[in-house]
Amino acid sequence: MRHKKYPFIVGFLIVPVALYVLLVIWPYVQTFGYSLTDWSGASQQMNFIGLRNYTSLFGDSVFVTALEHNLLLLIVLPLATILLALFFAFMLNVGGRGGTGGVKGVRGAGFYKVVFFFPQVLSVAILSVLFQGVYRTDQGGLLNGVLVKLGLEDPNKPLQWLADPNWGLWCVIGVLIWSGVGFYLVLFSAAMQAVPKDIYEAALLDGAGRGQTFFKITLPLLWETIQTAWVYLAIAAMDCFALVSTMTPGSYYGGGPDHHSEILATLLMRNFITYGKAGYACAMGVVIFFITLILSVISLRVTRREQIEF
Amino acid sequence: MGSATEFNRRDVFKRAAAVTVLAAGGSSFLAACAAGGGSSDGKTSAPGSTGNAANPFGVKPNDPLDVVIFNGGYGDGYAKAFEAMYKQKYSGANISHLATQDISPKLQPRFNAGNPPDVIDDSGAQQLKIDVLEKAGQLTDLSVLLDAPYLDDPTKKIRDVLLPGTIEQGTIDGKMYSLNYVYTVYGLWYSNKLFTDKGWAPPKTWDDFIALCATIKSSGIAPFAHQGKYPYYANYVILDLIAKQGGTDLVTRIDALDPTAFDDPAVLAGVSAFFKIMQGDYLLPGTNGMTHTESQTAWCQGKAAFIPSGSWLENEMIKVTPADFDMAFLPIPSLAGDKLPQTAVRAGAGEPFVVPTKAKNQAGGLEFLRIMLTKEGSGKFAAAANSLSVLKDGIGPDVVLKPGTKSSSVAVTAAGSNTFNYSYPDLQTAFDTELQNATNELVNSRITPQEWVARAKAATSKKV
Repeated sequence: MRHKKYPFIVGFLIVPVALYVLLVIWPYVQTFGYSLTDWSGASQQMNFIGLRNYTSLFGDSVFVTALEHNLLLLIVLPLATILLALFFAFMLNVGGRGGTGGVKGVRGAGFYKVVFFFPQVLSVAILSVLFQGVYRTDQGGLLNGVLVKLGLEDPNKPLQWLADPNWGLWCVIGVLIWSGVGFYLVLFSAAMQAVPKDIYEAALLDGAGRGQTFFKITLPLLWETIQTAWVYLAIAAMDCFALVSTMTPGSYYGGGPDHHSEILATLLMRNFITYGKAGYACAMGVVIFFITLILSVISLRVTRREQIEF
Repeated sequence: MGSATEFNRRDVFKRAAAVTVLAAGGSSFLAACAAGGGSSDGKTSAPGSTGNAANPFGVKPNDPLDVVIFNGGYGDGYAKAFEAMYKQKYSGANISHLATQDISPKLQPRFNAGNPPDVIDDSGAQQLKIDVLEKAGQLTDLSVLLDAPYLDDPTKKIRDVLLPGTIEQGTIDGKMYSLNYVYTVYGLWYSNKLFTDKGWAPPKTWDDFIALCATIKSSGIAPFAHQGKYPYYANYVILDLIAKQGGTDLVTRIDALDPTAFDDPAVLAGVSAFFKIMQGDYLLPGTNGMTHTESQTAWCQGKAAFIPSGSWLENEMIKVTPADFDMAFLPIPSLAGDKLPQTAVRAGAGEPFVVPTKAKNQAGGLEFLRIMLTKEGSGKFAAAANSLSVLKDGIGPDVVLKPGTKSSSVAVTAAGSNTFNYSYPDLQTAFDTELQNATNELVNSRITPQEWVARAKAATSKKV
């Protein structure tokens, strides 16, 4: 019967592989092709212009600014999100102390988990609308309203938040972290619950404090999950299109004021749709693709550790 | 308790998840760039091929018509009225009507596939830029429409019944590619009721305006609001001050992206005059970061006295405007030594309608535009959209105008031949974007008027 096994397997594989090639690989290949042309994105006419799009990319000061902003996001977003999520997950699962001992979270852990996860169920569109209300530049905004009421701010000189060149990008980063922590909290919680309780109990008996429990037990045993989270967040940091384009000021896909919150995705869309420089935008897409790919490979390699068996 | 198999399964799953995420993350950009590989079919009917006086474009009565309308400040009720008029003439035509705000996402794939609609109202924040479409050879030269007979009076041609400036507004390199159907007037807006209550007189000169701003501020109201998140509204004031100071020649040179235009002292004079608003601290607190809706609502609530906008403002804010607001229009006040009179206004055709080159029913598309340009069509537009069209004497006495529209039409009459208009916002997108960025820095007092001029001059090299 063994000879019938392979047609059976192939039969299952061929459709998904064909779909993957058609819907994922083929657009990638097309994009590489378009990036070598002067395609306008508004017709099928195009001319082959070689690598000119790529050479002009790095002479484009806005592109370099956008790249820097993405790199900033790449560092800040995963670091902040993972640290916060780890801290909260630890507190909710093993941080509790008191009573008869044993391993448990702080009081009300179940409730907190739901609260923390809540931002994750909101769509990006709702997040954007919600936080535009929070960051509104007059007293009608939540933050400015509270600050004015507390007398910490002059009502005639309200803070500009998203419209401030120094703060705009950080305001968006704040929203990204706020909305992301809950998901990673649940992810890390699941991983922590899979860690055998007796390890913690042994540590407790040996008199380990919260810090020691965290660094000596939780962190090493969660390493693989953190690694996954890191790659996931790094890729998210290369995107951020929806929030930046809807929340920040500036004509055509935000990125303002004056490119101070510009990221590669908004610049790509503006060139592709508004300026009709689709070939150029495709070149950006290819650059983003390679950056994402390289970063993912690097972060998986660098964070590789010895496997821990338990 | 963490057996080896369990561990491995989880491990495999995590790796698989990472790979999937990797692929998905990359594809979100690349998918945006992937185009349909469609090719155009050659079944477009060339306009004028079978034309006669009654049917100049040779419309085949049973060909379906595909209409896409930007559903913005003017709504889409007027377009339905036009479609009914078309259907009356060509009863066999099946008309598909799409009203949307997502012009680009909906139409870009269709242009790429060579399957565009027959008529498009290409407007709004997501519009496909006219200059981009023209460069890609996607727009029909509308000269045939201009030379076609006017439906209400066949002894006239369409080009004879359009308000001045309409043809120029849609013209690129000597050919008209878009019919800008709505006659828009730009300037400052205020509440006549508020001004009467407080005893303020609408200022005629910029010095009076600045002096009035001081009075307004001392009464506890912010003198000036603008749509900070979209700095092109503030540009209506700056560029109008420049136009009045420098004259229409300067407007032409700015539109032509002539860098030396910015060496003209009129430019610095205009920007410096505008900058006095910031120097006097006359802005509504927070206005620099507000959307057009937020700032216009604050203005309707009486938190600010003046706001710049085009004449769509009244229709756009109709739901939040108090009944006794008595909206009024004020031409940008004049500076000493202006080349244009105080009554001069930026006015002209807006809301571009285009007929794609590859439209299946190109003749029908052109005919649709011709039907729009009738007294009946224009009146229906004025009634449904509360605005004026570019048809000369386009509304009969039966159409009742709202106070803001009425006051703007009075201003147009007062201006007479002294109207001007900039085409760069439609036709020089990259330059316009840079100019908006510079203005945003200016309203935040992060740059000086001199720096604004330098940035504007540098931006003339930005072309799409």
